[in-house]
Amino acid sequence: MNTFWFVMLAVGLLTFLTRLSFILLQDKWQPPSIVTRGLRFVPVAVLTAIFVPEILLVENNIALSFSNMRLLAGLIAILVAYKTKSALWTISIGMGAFWLLTWLF
Amino acid sequence: MAKKDRTLARKEFWMGVRGELPILLGVTPFGMIYGVLALSAGLTPLESQAMSSVVFAGSSQFMLVQLVNLGTPVLIMIATGFVINLRHALYSLSVAPYLKGLSPLWKVLLSYLLTDEAYAVTIMRLQHQEQSEYKHWFLLGSGIALWSCWQLSTAAGIFLGAQVPPGWGLDFTLALTFIALAVPAISDTPALLAAIVAGITSILTRGLPYKLNLIAAAIAGITVGLWRDQK
Repeated sequence: MNTFWFVMLAVGLLTFLTRLSFILLQDKWQPPSIVTRGLRFVPVAVLTAIFVPEILLVENNIALSFSNMRLLAGLIAILVAYKTKSALWTISIGMGAFWLLTWLF
Repeated sequence: MAKKDRTLARKEFWMGVRGELPILLGVTPFGMIYGVLALSAGLTPLESQAMSSVVFAGSSQFMLVQLVNLGTPVLIMIATGFVINLRHALYSLSVAPYLKGLSPLWKVLLSYLLTDEAYAVTIMRLQHQEQSEYKHWFLLGSGIALWSCWQLSTAAGIFLGAQVPPGWGLDFTLALTFIALAVPAISDTPALLAAIVAGITSILTRGLPYKLNLIAAAIAGITVGLWRDQK
């Protein structure tokens, strides 16, 4: 077996065990109530932490400027997501805005 | 299962599939780009495709492909792939109360399917006040929908290879997908504060290795959300 298969299987197993961890533990261990109350913030906190660098950073530097098309199109997408709550509209208008902006400027 | 239960379970399953469908618009280009990058990093088509079902986590698959290209030592690659996916422990903790009492087989299957995109869509349904004993079928539906899309789009990327034009900026769909998932989940002021603080922390701590900035941002965001909830 070559090394890459080994890496792939190891990461796959570790990722699976991470996803399984608390689902399995649940029957034996109850998290303290402060943790339970904090859980409702998990989706917003993690998802925002993933997308903000994607639109704000250019080559790992903060790019707060009108020449950063990802930031402009991302802000438009945020507005669309807020108004419509529709993933379909958010993704298609966001991508359309990105293409239009890069084509215009 | 009685007939009525089967109907209810099936209904949840298809609700899950339907809930996931719009997200797939953003996931498909991303899966294709992964397929293209995996090939150009020197993986065989079989390895590239297998990783999408063995690892089944977009961000660490992208990272691993880059690391292979750089000739990174095996242990570093494994550690990186693992740590990038640590946020899934939070998802596990978050869905655990709703999966209590299910058989081990269910738990194993649903854990395998617990990706960012399936989790984000499903948690809304799980937290919904409507009572149902079959909400785990929703996760099965959204998970299978995402899994199928990820396998097919990877295959499309491998097949099309260099014909997917890099100039189209298709990787931007990743950001758009997460915007589409995050923004509607902001339901009140504490959640808005949690999002803002998580976003800022993620930027400020971007120098951390293994994308640990995501964990730092999650903890900061959750803490601020909790603090605001107390007031």
